[in-house]
Amino acid sequence: MHPKSGFLKEVKKNHVLFIMLIPVFVFFIINNYLPMIGIYFAFTRYSIRGGLFGSPFVGMQNFEFLWKSNILLNITKNTIMYNTIFIFLGNAIQVFSAVLLSRLIGNVFRKITQTLMFLPYFVSYVIMGVLVYNLFNYEIGFINTMLRDFGAEPLDIFNDPNMWYGLIPAFYMWKWVGYGTVIYLASILSISNEYYEASELDGANVLQQIWHITLPLIKPTFIILILFALGNIMKGQFDLFYQLIGNNGNLYASTDIIDTYVYRSLISDFDIGIGSAAGLYQSFFGFILIMTVNFLVKRKTPEYALF
Amino acid sequence: MGVRNKGLTFYLFNIFAYTVIIILTILCVMPFLLIISGSLTDEVSIAIDGYHFIPKVFSLEAYKTIFTFPQTVIKAYTVTTVNTIVGTSLGLFFMSMAGYVLSRKDFKYRNRITFLIYFTTIFGGGLVPWYIMITSVLKLKDSYIAICYPGLMAPFLIILMRTFITSSLPDEVVESAKIDGAGSFKTYYSIVLPIVKPGLATVGLFLALNYWNDWFLSSMFISTPEKYELQFYLYNMLNSYEAINRLVSSGVTLATNPPAESIKLAMAIIATGPVLLFYPFIQRYFVAGITIGAVKG
Repeated sequence: MHPKSGFLKEVKKNHVLFIMLIPVFVFFIINNYLPMIGIYFAFTRYSIRGGLFGSPFVGMQNFEFLWKSNILLNITKNTIMYNTIFIFLGNAIQVFSAVLLSRLIGNVFRKITQTLMFLPYFVSYVIMGVLVYNLFNYEIGFINTMLRDFGAEPLDIFNDPNMWYGLIPAFYMWKWVGYGTVIYLASILSISNEYYEASELDGANVLQQIWHITLPLIKPTFIILILFALGNIMKGQFDLFYQLIGNNGNLYASTDIIDTYVYRSLISDFDIGIGSAAGLYQSFFGFILIMTVNFLVKRKTPEYALF
Repeated sequence: MGVRNKGLTFYLFNIFAYTVIIILTILCVMPFLLIISGSLTDEVSIAIDGYHFIPKVFSLEAYKTIFTFPQTVIKAYTVTTVNTIVGTSLGLFFMSMAGYVLSRKDFKYRNRITFLIYFTTIFGGGLVPWYIMITSVLKLKDSYIAICYPGLMAPFLIILMRTFITSSLPDEVVESAKIDGAGSFKTYYSIVLPIVKPGLATVGLFLALNYWNDWFLSSMFISTPEKYELQFYLYNMLNSYEAINRLVSSGVTLATNPPAESIKLAMAIIATGPVLLFYPFIQRYFVAGITIGAVKG
């Protein structure tokens, strides 16, 4: 076996194909593989003068700081907690709405409602920031205006960390309900009509059909989506959190996730070492998680494994 | 399924299903209507009465102000439009070539290369090293390249493209083109591209939407306000009074104050306009992409 000469032979034979891959190669090397060298920043106290290899090596100090200051615990807790809500509540609502949609009799009505539910996916996260302003601005927001009209106390969401435990998931659901519904609806509509017809002859009603036919048959899709979402549980929805919370320090205890912390340590504090350390921590544990999930999926149902 | 002899459960279920779906739909659409109505409300009325579903005092002042001093908005629009067109075209070209090569069964390294592309989604250096790479190594700070190149490709889209090509291009077609003496690149552009047009549309629209909605790259790399993308321009307007003043001060001074509140919402409508306009025609391509991508991605 001479792998190297085999490779060269292959390049010679299919050189056009290799040339066609050059843009992709260059892109992923510059954008993804070369920056991996920068993981080393996580172990240094970065100075602009020193750059990558001239900055003093500090070992695990950055990680120690993150650990001792309790930052790591807080952002990990928030990231995992919010993602868990997103995954389970999100998929449940999406399945629910897809099942109901698939049962609507009017095709036109179904198309229209599905299309409208899919709309939030298409607008930018900045619009979500506009929405929060429009709805919740203390003096003039729509909801606060309504509350005042009814003689109730307006909500001051920008000074109340606890509110966000509900608001962030609500905005997430709004943004993604249509997207997930598309997936589940496709899965439901691919179920053969014969099952339903046979069950109808046996006298099954709608609820029994849903419980005994629809839900069991979309279960594989559901499990796979949940599993891989769990594999990505360390990755936060940066756009969502940043557009909703921004740099409002009052709310960090209940809303700061790993991604927003890394972004701030880079953009506001310019603390390269700490930011890299938190990012590496996220990448490393995310990697281990997804490898574990994939390993388990591969053992049970190899056709669903990612690699 | 017919509607005959279904009994009470059936009717109750339908009432429930229609009600829930209508409520969900309203919840999804309502915010847009609120933004539109807010943008059409008189500034004084907003300060006194707040935002209502139907404007208490109707006014077009916010839009008028924006269109009286359109320079900065037009600039942001131009940046985003050009960025979207250039990025989408280049990305589509590169990714369709890659998708084609990686779909070729006679290409020995296709699985290994696909894995190298996929691997970037499960492990990476993180945001900070990536930022240093672009600013210190490539020196792209405040350059248009920095808001264009990172969006060119995505592993999900390359794999989606490959799936489209594999499923619409029979092996025999490639084989017979080979026998006819067509080179790989000629096969790609004269046979593959015409066949996978729906795939190109889908991947292209995913790319275009990402470019249009991007604010993050501007926030990371652009320091000159004139070079902001549209969404980041909107973000700034939302978060600083300065940005609204900048809009107005680009012309002569106004007799009255600019409508600072409603102008934010009017700007949001203007920035989202094209998406909402094309949405009814393009959404089915996204449905196709998501469905295929979720099953095999």
